Amino acid sequence: MDKGDKLKKIRKLFFVFFRIGAFTFGGGLAMIPFIKREIVDSNHWIEEEEIVDIFAMVQSVPGVIAVNSAIFVGYRIAGIWGAVASAVGVVLPSFIVISAIALFFSSFKNIPVVARAFEGINAGVVALIITALFQLIKPSIKDDYGWTIAGIVFAIMCLTNISAIYVLLASAAAGIIISYMKKRKEA
Amino acid sequence: MYKLYLELLVTFFKIGLFTIGGGYAMIPLIQQEIVRHGWLTFKETIDIIAISEMTPGPFAINAATFVGVKTGGIPGATFATVGVVLPSFIIVTLVAKYSARFKDQPLLQYALYGLRPAVIGLIASSAFLIARATFFMTPSGSVCIFADIRNVLKMVNWRAVLIFVVAIIASLKYKIHPILLIVLSGVLGVILYSV
Repeated sequence: MDKGDKLKKIRKLFFVFFRIGAFTFGGGLAMIPFIKREIVDSNHWIEEEEIVDIFAMVQSVPGVIAVNSAIFVGYRIAGIWGAVASAVGVVLPSFIVISAIALFFSSFKNIPVVARAFEGINAGVVALIITALFQLIKPSIKDDYGWTIAGIVFAIMCLTNISAIYVLLASAAAGIIISYMKKRKEA
Repeated sequence: MYKLYLELLVTFFKIGLFTIGGGYAMIPLIQQEIVRHGWLTFKETIDIIAISEMTPGPFAINAATFVGVKTGGIPGATFATVGVVLPSFIIVTLVAKYSARFKDQPLLQYALYGLRPAVIGLIASSAFLIARATFFMTPSGSVCIFADIRNVLKMVNWRAVLIFVVAIIASLKYKIHPILLIVLSGVLGVILYSV
């Protein structure tokens, strides 16, 4: 691949992921069909079978799906600079929007009507999180061990000041230990 | 100033490194870190969740940008946002480069067996803590139990509870879109808090 061709690809990656970034409202799994359409159907950058593996992979490493997919696809198509262009592209729309909002938010919230709206929105956020919780329980908790871990994590987070980082590390360790114990039992 | 930039970079690098299960699962960690540094109050972090829901981009990244702007302007936002994305960048490019059948690694599968339920516990705790800060007119700490049970009923924010009930029915039963849900609860807030 010659240099001009690569540069063209990097530029294209930036714009495609900028568009994806501009439409990742709420983020998360809702983005998957949209990313697939751009990457597989429109641009034929990645094969249909491979994108399924990519989505599985990007969900099992740290980070958010849209950004991880961008980095992975960018790297596959045009190396490290492809990954940089895609990552910057996917983050830039929200960076611009949120910066603008953050700059004016304090004065905006001083308007009484806006303050009242946000009082209401806070209650709506609780409903939103509980809805996400219900949707995630089925794919996340498979047995009683799962319920136990979820319960313990919930209690620790509500009752103590222990950082979520330690809680996650302990849960990963618990997952590994329980899995090995189960395997031993089977053997 | 450079100290602040470095602190933003390091803190959000840490958050990015532990962003597992995406979005909502990371609310407790982000809140812990932001409030611990005194960058925002707990209540303000709830505003970011709402703003995140209505604008493009995932919560973890929006929170980084928002806190960065608030504390260190646009340069601060740049450091915080780069920090939150950097761990993914390093890990994903390594995976893409060595292209190992990453998801088939048994140890990773075993760890996820413990992490997935933990994510449920994290999301449940963030629902609980945000509900407590919203439904009760008390300063929000991290202890669940109310010191004085007799005063609890007096402190209940009934308007917030009413909006929550409407919102949860609209969301679970009628499955309305998250953006619409935010708009609906905002409108209800304007109406109820005006009377």
